[in-house]
Order: sequence, then structure tokens, then C-alpha cells
Amino acid sequence: MAELPLAADAKPWKDSAAVPFIRIKNITKKFGEFSAVDDITLDIYKGELFCLLGGSGCGKSTLLRMLAGLETPTSGTIEIDGQDVADVAAFDRPTNMMFQSYALFPHMTVEKNVIYGLLREGVPKAEAKDRVADMLRLVKLQDFAKRKPHQLSGGQQQRVALARSLIKQPKLLLLDEPLAALDKKLREETQFELIHIQETLGVTFIVVTHDQEEAMTLSTRIGVMKDGKIVQVGEPPQIYEDPNSRYVADFIGSVNMFEGTVDVAVSSTLRIKSPEAGIDLLVEPVEGLKANQNVSVAIRPERITLTRHKPDGAANIVEGGVVEVAYLGNLSVYRVKLASGKILKVTKSNLLHDEEPISWDEKVFLSWSNAAGIVLTT
Amino acid sequence: MTALRATSPWRKTAALLARFGLTGRALVIAVPMLWLLVFFLVPFLVVLKISFADPMLARPPYSPLFADGSIQVTIGNYAYLWEDSLYINAYWSSIKIAFFSTVMALLIGYPMAYYIARSPEPKRSLLLLLIVLPFWTSFLLRVYAWIGILKTKGVLNMVLMKIGLIDQPLIIMQTDVAVYIGIVYTYLPFMILPLYANLVKLDNAMLEASADLGAKPMATFFRITIPLSMPGIVAGSMLVFIPAIGEFVIPALLGGPDTLMIGKVLWTEFFSNRDWPVASAVAIAMLILLVIPIMLLRMAQSKGADT
Repeated sequence: MAELPLAADAKPWKDSAAVPFIRIKNITKKFGEFSAVDDITLDIYKGELFCLLGGSGCGKSTLLRMLAGLETPTSGTIEIDGQDVADVAAFDRPTNMMFQSYALFPHMTVEKNVIYGLLREGVPKAEAKDRVADMLRLVKLQDFAKRKPHQLSGGQQQRVALARSLIKQPKLLLLDEPLAALDKKLREETQFELIHIQETLGVTFIVVTHDQEEAMTLSTRIGVMKDGKIVQVGEPPQIYEDPNSRYVADFIGSVNMFEGTVDVAVSSTLRIKSPEAGIDLLVEPVEGLKANQNVSVAIRPERITLTRHKPDGAANIVEGGVVEVAYLGNLSVYRVKLASGKILKVTKSNLLHDEEPISWDEKVFLSWSNAAGIVLTT
Repeated sequence: MTALRATSPWRKTAALLARFGLTGRALVIAVPMLWLLVFFLVPFLVVLKISFADPMLARPPYSPLFADGSIQVTIGNYAYLWEDSLYINAYWSSIKIAFFSTVMALLIGYPMAYYIARSPEPKRSLLLLLIVLPFWTSFLLRVYAWIGILKTKGVLNMVLMKIGLIDQPLIIMQTDVAVYIGIVYTYLPFMILPLYANLVKLDNAMLEASADLGAKPMATFFRITIPLSMPGIVAGSMLVFIPAIGEFVIPALLGGPDTLMIGKVLWTEFFSNRDWPVASAVAIAMLILLVIPIMLLRMAQSKGADT
């Protein structure tokens, strides 16, 4: 019986009364002197599709492997569905993992690979076979049951790995870079398939990925990791719109960063002196800032308007010269050099054809509202 | 460009030679082919020829192939192998000793190879060196050393009696037990090395995936590790079984008069009885006995690789 999927608008992490399904408490993993995972505390709720996002070596895979029981934590506890799993061996955990390399058994057919977990659990063979047939239909591999893994394409192998990890209906499915080995087009298709399967089966997913776009598309929440720590947890829009640090702002999407110092709050706007920008940056007021404090202001490239003529009424206007234009089809990416030498990245939708597009070496004006800048102190 | 190529003298020569099948590729293959022809096929044909001759008190001690203008061939030697139970027993006993030695070498060698393959790098190289180290001393010397260990007043008996485990010395020398010890000891590295080469490539993710899917360590071992290391098991077993079946030195030095092995019978036939034709027939029969199962196995393997 499939459990109820998490409704799109249900956000148990906002409900203080909700009981987390997975509780990670002060977990640390050391390899020698090196802390791969450093004192992480994290709650994940039932039916979530949680992404652990970070660059290579940030400890995201190690955290996943500790959940699977393939690594032993140096300290800290992990609870899955109310049960402390510290002393539960990998083969007894209610989790299954999809490996980055897929780790399909090369000497077994697709069917044997998928049925493996059920037979180890002691499910009668006839019942197991039915369940495998259903699962292969779900991942659209019913015609490939008798093939060996090396006779399948990368995308098919990926689906066998997914079927194999889902067949035991684990309470928690751990996916280590599930789409990394697929080409771009297939990856995009598979992302939605993965969401569909997750919603159909209602299994809680934890996905490890280094691809921020993938994390944005897939997840209910994202945990951004750096150097063994979680630096921010939030829903995709929150992580993108409201990053809590320079690292997160820079890692998720592209961003223009200005260094500056806090001047004074002028009624409803905050003024930040920035020699790099050549103007005083106006942003929405932020609590807890002191005068002359060093801060960064992050502005997303799509929040900046690019014009030939000086616009009226914009809160922030700077002048610059176009040094590079990259045409991407639906939009163009401009690199504009300011008087200070700082280069800003600006994206412009290619909606209109009636106007002569702005090109190399043109003098342009960049403008943005005071809501566009995000003030970052760390 | 094309014209230039065609006129270069080396190209012309090469084209000429290619007409007679003498390309660079053929020359590279010719070297090992020639080696096999001179040092394997020709001696084999000589032995085959002798096996069809009659023994004679002459030099060489067998009848010529061509005599009185006709080819003189007899299958009497092969018939003799069949009639005298000594040979059948010797073949059978050789197969049995080689088989059990192989099984024992596998049972001892597999854990060793597994342990070495799973060891971290500096330790792994050291362990491999230790496996290969005995090859630096003469094989004969090492077998002689076993006599010193196994004989009635040898090291083993002395130690066992000293610690009070036994009060009568064990009779090991000149029994089949000593032969087994000698063969397993000698051929163990040939079992370990191919197994190691295979196990070291074993992807740890396979074992993790198996455990993750609920297989206990034993199930993982028998369902994943063993099947995936099958090529290593087959290669190692072949490398032990084939030389063990024709082994002469070990049964001669460690075995007793009761130890019947085909290598010893062959030696006796050749040097003591000076019956070259029967000795040759023994050798050819042994070769056929070995080659046919190996060929069948190879065929089964290549078939298995296709599907």
C-alpha cells in the first residue's frame, strides 16, 4: 500500500508540532584527523524529497552513507522513524540506496538484480516475481527483464538501479548523485520521472547532488553543505532568493557580489557605501546591522535591467561598457565593465525583435530596485 | 602525396612482400608461432611418433617409422596402457591427487587472496612480495626442506612431541599426505596470484549494494563475491591442477612406494625400463586427458561470456 504523498502545500518543517521522520543529531564523521561530516543536526520529514547540495568533498555522500549504515559515525545519533539506528547493520536498516555508479550486479539479469533484495528478505518467490514485474513496469523496463546490465544504455541502467532500490519499499531511499551519469536531456526528463515515482510511492527521498539546478527542480527542501557542515536549509525559492551567506549565494545560481560598508538607514532604505559599484547601493532595510560594518550585497543577474538610455526612477543606476555578450537563445548574458573595473553579469530575455540588440563596446546603464540586493554579512 | 608514397622504395618492397603474405603484422605473429612450432609441436610429433613404435634393443630404443618401404605403426602401446591396471590406476590417482590439491589450494588461497586484495596499499605490496618470495629459492630445495620438516625425527614431530600433543611421532613422510602438503605448498602462489588479480578489481560498491539490499555477509559472499571472482577461481585452479597432475619431483621425494602418480610411472618407464614407446604413449594419453577437459571448459567459458 502506497503511503499518502506529501501534498504540495504541506510543509511539516514549518509546523513546530510535526514529528520529524529522520532525526540527525550532532553527527560527526572523522577520517583520521579530517572531519568529513562535522556536527550536523538535521530533521527530515516523512514524504520529503530532501536534497543535500554541495561541491565535491563537502561530506554530503558521507552523510548519506552514514544513513545507509555503510559508514559508522564517529559521534552523534541517527533516528529513523523513531528508532536509533546506531547498532543496526546496513543489511537490517529500513533504508535502501541508489549508488552513484549504480552498482548493478553484472552477473545477474535485470530481473535478478531487482528481485535480489526481496529474496534476501524471505519474500516467497512467486510474490517477489509479481512485485518485480510491477516495479519494472513503473520504471518502463518490462521488456528488458532478461537483459544483463552491460546490454543496457546508461538511462536504462539508472532505472534498473532505481527499481532495485525501491523494490523493498524502504522507509527511506537514499540517492547518491542519481542523475550525474546521464546526458543533459535525459537528466531533465528523468528528474520529473523521479518526482513522479516519489509522489506515487510516497517514499521519503534524500538525494545527494552537486548540481544546483537538479536540487532546485527535485526537492521540497535543500540543505546546502560546505566543509562537512550544513550552511543553510530551506525550500528552493528561499535558498535562491534569501541566501544566508556569500557561499550559498554564490553556489546557487550566478550572482554579482559587491563589497561595501553600512552607511545609514534612510527612512525605508538602507544605504551601503561601495567603491566597487561607484555608487551608494540602496537596499531594503536589514535588522541588526551596525554603521561601518563590512557587508556584501548580492544581486542576481536577472534582477538587473540593461538599457541604452538612463532609466528614470530606479533606486540603483550604474554606467558601464559591454565587454562580452553570450547568446543563449531564450536569453542573452552580458558582461558589463563598470568604471571601477568590476565586471557585472546581466541576463536579458530575448523577447523583442524590433529593437537592435545591445552589442559589444556599447555604453549601457544598469539599474535595479532596492529589493534586488541581498545584504550578506557572512 | 599518393604518388610520392607509391614511389618510395620501402613502400614498394612492402607491397611486394605483402603479396607473399609477409606483412608487418604477420612478422610479429610469426615469432611466437615459430617458437611454438619448434619447441612444442615438433617435440610433440616426435613423441607421438615414438608412441606408435615397438621397443627395440637398439639406439634409439624403438623401431623406425619407415622400414621395408612402408610405415610401421602399432597401437600396441596404447592397448597395453589399457590392459595393465597400473596405468589406469596411476592416471586415476594423479587426477585424484591433483583435484584434491586444487580444492585445498583454493580453500587456503581464497581467503589469503581476499585479505591481500582488501588490504591498504603499502601492506598489500608487502603481502604480495611474501607470496612471491619462495620463488627466489630453488623449487627442489624447498621440497627437500619439507623432508626435514616432515620426517619421523623432523621439526614437526619434535615440536608436537615437545608440547605434548603427541607421544609417538607421526608418520607423514612417504605417504600421500606428504605429497598433498608438497603440492599445495608449491602451487599455492599460482592459486593466489590470479585470485588476487581478480579480487582486487572487485568493486566495493557491489558488496555495499548487496548489504544495503538486506544480504547478510555470508549471502553477499556466496551470491556476489564468489560469482564475480569465478574467472580468478577457474584460472587459479587450472594453474594448480594442470602441473599437479603431471607432477614428478614432489611424489618422488615426499611420496612413498604406494604413491602412484603418472609422472613417476612415466619416469620409471622411460629411465628404468627404457621402454620409450610405452613412456611416449603414457605422455600422449596424459596430454589428451588434460587437453580435452580444458578445451571444453574454454568453450563453455566463451559461450558464457557471450550470453
